[in-house]
Amino acid sequence: MGELSRMWRETDHRYRMVGEKCGNCGKLYFPPRDICPVCHRDSIDKMQDIEMSGKGEVISFTIVHDVPPAFTRQRPYILAMIKLDDGPTMTGQIVDTQPSDIEIGTRVRSVFRKISEDGHSGVIHYGYKFVRDV
Amino acid sequence: MKKSGIVSYGSYIPRFRIKPDEIARVWGEDPENIKNGIYILSKSVPSPDEDVATISVEASRNAIKRGKINPKDIGAIYIGSESHPYAVKPTATIVSSAIGANFPMFAADYEFACKAGTAGIQNVKAMVDSGMIKYGLAIGSDTSQGAPGDVLEYSASAGGTAMILGNEKVIAEINNTLSVTSDTPDFWRREGEPYPTHGERFTGEPAYFKHTISASKMIMENVGMKPQDYDYAVFHQPNGKFPTRAAKLLGFTEKQYKEGLLTPFIGNTYSGSMMTGLSAILDIAEPGNRILAVSFGSGAGSDAFDITVTDEIKNMERGSAPTIRKMLADVTWLDYAVYAKFKKKIIFGDAIE
Ligand SMILES: [Zn+2]
Repeated sequence: MGELSRMWRETDHRYRMVGEKCGNCGKLYFPPRDICPVCHRDSIDKMQDIEMSGKGEVISFTIVHDVPPAFTRQRPYILAMIKLDDGPTMTGQIVDTQPSDIEIGTRVRSVFRKISEDGHSGVIHYGYKFVRDV
Repeated sequence: MKKSGIVSYGSYIPRFRIKPDEIARVWGEDPENIKNGIYILSKSVPSPDEDVATISVEASRNAIKRGKINPKDIGAIYIGSESHPYAVKPTATIVSSAIGANFPMFAADYEFACKAGTAGIQNVKAMVDSGMIKYGLAIGSDTSQGAPGDVLEYSASAGGTAMILGNEKVIAEINNTLSVTSDTPDFWRREGEPYPTHGERFTGEPAYFKHTISASKMIMENVGMKPQDYDYAVFHQPNGKFPTRAAKLLGFTEKQYKEGLLTPFIGNTYSGSMMTGLSAILDIAEPGNRILAVSFGSGAGSDAFDITVTDEIKNMERGSAPTIRKMLADVTWLDYAVYAKFKKKIIFGDAIE
């Protein structure tokens, strides 16, 4: 149940791309952080929840052929480093797209997708992925 | 009392499509029979990581964006589907969280074959009218399955539409709504069964046509309208043929029903079917346009709506969320093998999923 509680605590982060804004220097963080790595102690109790726009651009990507079993239906899949328009850089899966249609600079936007299932009887995990923004 | 109605709307159709020619090739059938017989030229297919929850969230986010709605003002969420991802755990809980709605929330999943989404519209409209909520979100969404080789495999598709109801900034007033209901064995799926069963001889006349036509006639009589008084008419679309025939039997012309007729291109999105047709009409409607919208759910029943588009629609940036036309244009074609993989018609062992 440890994994289930962790996923549940991260719902806002995974469902709505809620990150953190440092109340001291104004920098945005995604995934969220408890303290600002720039301001350290000065950011304590000043980190505020903030929802990312989910739009950004590919700054690097890789095509994953050697996939975990649960991704067999999606092989090969695209994993990308995405620079969000909001500021933070993050890693995300790009779906509904041929690898040949992705290049550095491709505009993407976040979508709500199924991430994994705990077998046939377990919980279904949802979260953000990305598609080309056309 | 201010007239309530649709404040915003949004749809989502997965980008993948398959043609009847490709399905017919595998099962040794004549694709022309299918195209002429049920008038379906292609159908949508969900990605392996899409289900009714993800489709409902995307449709809702499109409605929220288009209507510039604060999700904290949404007081109720009802989702109609016959393919909810969980047998027990409402899709409405996932959607509520994913759109960032408040903790105080009326919510439930509905089931009435293909008309559960429109039952949700009636429900939230009543809640708005009674002052229980400011805005209510009603969603019709499905990822339907037809058994391989069954005629339903040509039509069962995926998609959904979300409507936000309220009585401020209404873009389309709901003047009247009514329902008809009877116990008819035309189509059903027992708990635990992967594919539905259809009672062949009940599908047409005693089910779809009887309910759709009765509900249409009753509501037109209620509001004193005739078919020629409407700009648009949209019906539930299990295939391309049924709604066309119902429209003609009622006295509507092609000009009135063609904008809302989407099944020939995306297939039958079940609970999303009539609502997505209505969404396509709202994409292009002008102030003063009058719309007749009638859903049908097997089992069986119909929900009818008489709708008037208001001046408010001119203030809405309809292109701020994807229009149906855009979703029809931007597609990826699949062959049957990839389609079978996506739709889990190819089953892996427990070690994989
Ligand atoms: Zn800081």
